[in-house]
Amino acid sequence: MNFEEYAAKPILAAAGIAVPASQLATTPEQAAKACAAIGQVVIKAQVPTGKRGKAGGIQLADTPDQAAQHAARIIGMDIGGHRVEKVLVEAMSDIAFEYYAAILNDPASKGPMLMFSTEGGMDIEEIAAESPEKLRTATIDIRRGLSAETAQALIGGLDLNGANDAIADVLLKLYDAYRTNDAELLEINPLIQTRSGTIVALDCKFVLDDSAIKRQPELAAKGTPDRLTALEKIGEDNVIKYIELDGNVAVLANGAGLTMTTMDVVRHHGGAPANFCEIGGEAYTKGKVALEMVLGKPGVKSLVVNFCGAFARCDVMMDGLLNAWEELKPELPVFFSIAGTGDEEAIRMLKERLDMDPYPNMDAASKAAVDAARAGAGT
Amino acid sequence: MRILRKHHRVLIQGITGKQGTFWTERMQAYGTNVVGGVNPKKAGTSHCNVPVHASAVDAMKDGDGFESSIMFIPPLGVKAAALDAIEAGAKNICILTEHIPVQDVMYVMAAAKERGTMITGPNTAGSVTVGECFQGFMPAFNERIFKRGRVGVMSRSGSLGTLMCQNIVSAGYGQSAFIGIGGDPIIGTTTRDALQALDQFEGTDCVVMVGEIGGSMEEDAADYAATMAKPVFAFIAGGAAPAGKKMGHAGAIVMGDKGTYASKKKALEAAGVTVLDTPSHVGDALHEVLG
Repeated sequence: MNFEEYAAKPILAAAGIAVPASQLATTPEQAAKACAAIGQVVIKAQVPTGKRGKAGGIQLADTPDQAAQHAARIIGMDIGGHRVEKVLVEAMSDIAFEYYAAILNDPASKGPMLMFSTEGGMDIEEIAAESPEKLRTATIDIRRGLSAETAQALIGGLDLNGANDAIADVLLKLYDAYRTNDAELLEINPLIQTRSGTIVALDCKFVLDDSAIKRQPELAAKGTPDRLTALEKIGEDNVIKYIELDGNVAVLANGAGLTMTTMDVVRHHGGAPANFCEIGGEAYTKGKVALEMVLGKPGVKSLVVNFCGAFARCDVMMDGLLNAWEELKPELPVFFSIAGTGDEEAIRMLKERLDMDPYPNMDAASKAAVDAARAGAGT
Repeated sequence: MRILRKHHRVLIQGITGKQGTFWTERMQAYGTNVVGGVNPKKAGTSHCNVPVHASAVDAMKDGDGFESSIMFIPPLGVKAAALDAIEAGAKNICILTEHIPVQDVMYVMAAAKERGTMITGPNTAGSVTVGECFQGFMPAFNERIFKRGRVGVMSRSGSLGTLMCQNIVSAGYGQSAFIGIGGDPIIGTTTRDALQALDQFEGTDCVVMVGEIGGSMEEDAADYAATMAKPVFAFIAGGAAPAGKKMGHAGAIVMGDKGTYASKKKALEAAGVTVLDTPSHVGDALHEVLG
């Protein structure tokens, strides 16, 4: 789960890392008021995406009037497909130097990785690609945590303008915040040194581990939920993974890998999948809502159902689906591929209740669905 | 990564739950050497004809001991259960649970590494040593899916791995072993580890690798595949998936140009691996190699 800057910075502040004074504003009037209280400010669009500055979503304001003008322009702006609803009005900082610091979950070392660079303000992907020697990393044993020695060693030998100790202290606090908040990624970019020598977090990116939401309910309430389409929202409410796509061949399968592959095979045969929708054995009673979702997408011309029973049994999933089918009575052409645990029973049920036979494999079923969609789109 | 054998003594943590009971009975029927279970509230009783202990440490001390532990434990209980098994001296741990907080997983991985404990999973459907034993929730007992043969199979996904195994059997071949490694971004046994284990496993003539988009495990495994004498076939799921969305598995997400289908296919083909367009093509591919 992503957190926008205004929701992420309090996490740093709670860990003892300095952040500029700021107020959130949703109208130009509020922005003017905030500027009047703070002084010289930066108006920053709050959207869950990067490149805000390049899009014109970050502006300086000396007076409340300027703040209102900038806020009026930024609110309502589209940045990377996100409409700006609010701006952070933040005290302007007196920047002398910019650094980069982050902690993330590293699949290679299977532990947290601490990163630091003197090239603050740049995209980390750019630093890694263009000057990898300027990116320092350290892997951490999460049982022991980050030691002061490791933090010092990471920045050892770097000319940090006399701020080595202060920055090492920020790294330790950053690690605490990472642990306390079940972060998947916690990044400060830029981490600045002011002309008076203070170390301040000027921006913050925080991604909460989705699997930790259950034990971090108060924190998760401050995050930005994924933008979902109306159909995807129905999926979320019913704990069914549904992702809406652009095509016209609806896909219903069990298991993430099998569902992805069904989409691939539809594509392989020249079709375009309309969705990702996965129902497992435990979700078989949700056959009706799953079917409603895949059929609910406008422009869908055919449906391929691909069941491969392992943990989830084909007969149980088929029963749920057929119950839904009999209730909804869709007109859409449907093509089945059925294999694995409970397949014989499922095939019998399909014959008895829909008078249909499955195709011999997922390729044949998917190809038939693609052909039907093409025929349907032509009429 | 060690492939489970029937002489390995297996402990089931969470044996008394609904899933634990259901799958323990099936594992026992297939040949898995289950010697005990764990449930602190039911210690001293017997379940599925084996003694229930208060902890894995107790099972090691007071029971018959064990080499491998299989966990049917809810997400927030996995850290404590796995640390218990590691402390007890388990050699292998299979974690089936999905949606475990990643920092808990990393904690377990660090402890396991220190003690030399091999972890499979989390978020795996388990593994099958065909005709011998299995762990997790795999339909090992379904003869149209698993039949003793000479093809080693590894998969990130349980459902897709099952489909691949079924395609292998319906094409007239069989498997030596199946290893499910799990769909999470941070897992104990990687694609490379599983590939190496199958390469070294007796009675295995070739390996089928079922990967998916996200991460760089297939690219890492390609380095090992390049050194193998045995032929390797791969299918990578998710070529049609949009970037930036988690496709059901937490690990199946493409960020920028990292973890893409194209990058994996390129690395594998450069290593001499045959990349299949669809899982249905596996029979024809095996036919060319095995005859």
